[in-house]
Amino acid sequence: MLQVDNSALSTWGRIKDSDIYYSFIKSPTAIISSVILFIIFFCSFFVELVTPYNPFDPSSLSLMDAFTPPSWTDDGLAKFILGTDGQGRDLLSTILYGSRISLIVGFSAIIFSLILGVGLGLTAGYFGGKYEMIVMRLTDVQLTVPSILMALLVDGIARGLISREMHDEMAIYVLIFAIGISEWPQFARVSRAATLVEKNKDYISASTIIGVSNIIIMFKHILPNILRPVLVIGTIGLALAIIAESTLSFLGVGVPPTTPSLGTLIRLGNDFLFSGEWWITFFPAIFLVVLAFSINLLGDWMRDTLNPKLKK
Amino acid sequence: MSFLKINNLSVDYQMRKETVYAAKNVNIEVNKGEILGLVGESGSGKSTVGNAIINLIDEPGKVSSGSVILGEINIYEDPKNIIKYRGKKIGLIFQDPQTSLNPILTIGEQLIETIQTHLKLSKKEAKNKSISLLKEVGIKDAENRFNNYPHQFSGGMRQRVVISLALCCEPELLIADEPTTALDVSIQSQILDLIKRLTKERNLAVILITHDMGVIAETADRVAVMKSGNLVEIGITKEILTNPKQNYTKSLVSSVPPTNKKISRFVIIEKENKKNKQNNIKILNRWTKKEIIEQDLVQIENLSKSFDDNFFTENSKNSIMAVNNVSFDIKEGESFGLVGESGSGKSTIAKMIVNLFKPSSGDIFFDNICITQIKKNSEMMKFRKQIQMIFQDPYSSLNGRLKVKDIISEPIKLHNPSIKRIDLDNYIFDLLESVELTQNSADRYPHEFSGGQRQRISIARALATQPRLLVCDEPTSALDVSIQAQILNLLKDLQEQLNLTILFISHDLPVVRQMCDRIGVLKDGKLCEISNTEELFLKPQHDYTKELLHLMPKIESIYN
Repeated sequence: MLQVDNSALSTWGRIKDSDIYYSFIKSPTAIISSVILFIIFFCSFFVELVTPYNPFDPSSLSLMDAFTPPSWTDDGLAKFILGTDGQGRDLLSTILYGSRISLIVGFSAIIFSLILGVGLGLTAGYFGGKYEMIVMRLTDVQLTVPSILMALLVDGIARGLISREMHDEMAIYVLIFAIGISEWPQFARVSRAATLVEKNKDYISASTIIGVSNIIIMFKHILPNILRPVLVIGTIGLALAIIAESTLSFLGVGVPPTTPSLGTLIRLGNDFLFSGEWWITFFPAIFLVVLAFSINLLGDWMRDTLNPKLKK
Repeated sequence: MSFLKINNLSVDYQMRKETVYAAKNVNIEVNKGEILGLVGESGSGKSTVGNAIINLIDEPGKVSSGSVILGEINIYEDPKNIIKYRGKKIGLIFQDPQTSLNPILTIGEQLIETIQTHLKLSKKEAKNKSISLLKEVGIKDAENRFNNYPHQFSGGMRQRVVISLALCCEPELLIADEPTTALDVSIQSQILDLIKRLTKERNLAVILITHDMGVIAETADRVAVMKSGNLVEIGITKEILTNPKQNYTKSLVSSVPPTNKKISRFVIIEKENKKNKQNNIKILNRWTKKEIIEQDLVQIENLSKSFDDNFFTENSKNSIMAVNNVSFDIKEGESFGLVGESGSGKSTIAKMIVNLFKPSSGDIFFDNICITQIKKNSEMMKFRKQIQMIFQDPYSSLNGRLKVKDIISEPIKLHNPSIKRIDLDNYIFDLLESVELTQNSADRYPHEFSGGQRQRISIARALATQPRLLVCDEPTSALDVSIQAQILNLLKDLQEQLNLTILFISHDLPVVRQMCDRIGVLKDGKLCEISNTEELFLKPQHDYTKELLHLMPKIESIYN
């Protein structure tokens, strides 16, 4: 009897044994960026536990505290570390509340475009023919329209269709849809290309010969095998989606001012930039840069690790 | 005094978990005017030794001890030595002629560049020299072909260009790393003849690295056998092949399919003999064994397939006939062989039989029912169950994301959805044991297995639906000879006990001779001849068959 030497490992043992874990431990960039991301995600999603202030509770606000500069400046107060904005809201708490909205919108948009893009790309690559041609030309058309313009367009149409009262409620969904619809061609292209490679491999032929149906072949056999490249561009796409959300909110077509996101905060602060209150726009902007940068660094590391061609 | 001396050479690869010795204390000497065959299975370190001579070991590998002495000079003593020698005193020929030439430079430019790097010649002199070299390696009309790009040459011609590149600076040592593995049999023998001729004419020392014992038998003067980094045996080719001293060499020689006779089983010296495993095929109890009826299980009538690769030129003249009007029958219970070189259409026929491709014209009958006309999926399922296939590449034929048990259970569950959990597990275990794998393989992933073991998993999956016809498309051409012998033995046992009908496709004539009752020879999509195996090998009718038989490297040639 033939024997394979290494015995079956537990799940955690498997992870520790894997090349990905090894490459993670060896990459300071990956460790630092994921620690930063963990802190940001944790503080944003459990913001009520982290911050003593609720910037959206009007009773806790005092206009007397408005425009307090950061705590290390001469006029700063220790209780407002990064200072306050024009309504007396603690800037750090507001940023964290805002980043929660940004992250929710970013993640939802990317999941939406992942489902749409991978679904279309996978089926196009698998079935081929006229259907593939139509889908791929559609992505070409989509790619010629800048994504911000596309998102503005969607937002504009939605404003026309949805009544004014409903608008604030619906704004966040419109935003997710708008960003998602402008990002899917990337995923469609990558997943189609990966599907074309996978579907010509023998294990797909073997399943066809056994009599497995197309749907099961696509989702049980091909999908798990094309997820690597899709996840890599998905990570980088997440950073883009967060930036797109901020851009739209900055332009005033994003989330309503009652639930500010990072972009809204930057826009609000922008008004005070020339009157000396630089911190109101500076800190949300820095926060956004750090967030997007960390995601991109993690995405770069993932791309290098998961790409078999770059393996040493 | 030998020309090249490798003393105690060791090459280490410092890996994450352990140090891998790719070569360990290897001692080899090569004289001028002789061809030393360096033979071994994949991972035996034969290429590592070749690369170590020219210091081309990739990171993280390094030469940890030993010396390479070329003529009088120790190559490792001074890093400058190797730069001076590489390409000049030592010429290299790689395996794949497709990738060893730069596609955007003409072969002339590549030759001139190489010559001018090492020899002080004017451009004109370099050109004259390269043209005479091209003539020497047998390229006709060299003056005109000088300005052609690599893609304008066929595979064999390109390998000749690579050889002329290796020779252009008058090397004294030539290292050929699997120079004919990527080539068809007919071209292989031409290239080997060329290397033999050049060795004599130029008094070269040649190291021929290969896995193919037939090539060694026909070309090498002496042979060195390697196994997992160690030199097992070295000596005169004839002595090593006829009277091997070491067990490993014995098993290697006995696993090579003989070309001159049919044997019932391959003798596998190393592993077996411990257990006498008669009737170990456990799935026999579950198998609804069909009595062999005297009938044709598969009938193929006037089968043709053309590929239109361009969307816009449908029905145009550009289409290539991959299979052209082929007819043959396969009797129930026999093994039928299809032989041909690459591009002869043998795999296309296999894919039409298993219904992966639709034929352009012609019909395939299975059990007297025409399966090419079936439209309904439910009808087709009945035949899917009875026809299964084993693929060439054991690495792409298993889904790496699924456990072995999920891979094998897929066909079982599909064709028998009501099967109970315990029955399913037992069935999987029985299948695994039938292909000589342990039960605990079921919980592992394919990447934990070697090529041969993966091929066994592939066979287990194919057997899961209890097929009557097994289509084997080059099932062993990606495997080492000793593994090939094991897999061929396994297929023979399975066929005998399960009354399988096998369609065996291969480019390897000796293998086909061992496996098949009848053989069809294909060339350019057309069937040249069909006859019984022994008849075909003893009295070939068609010219092409005669040529193939004449050209195939024969390990027996050494005995004469």
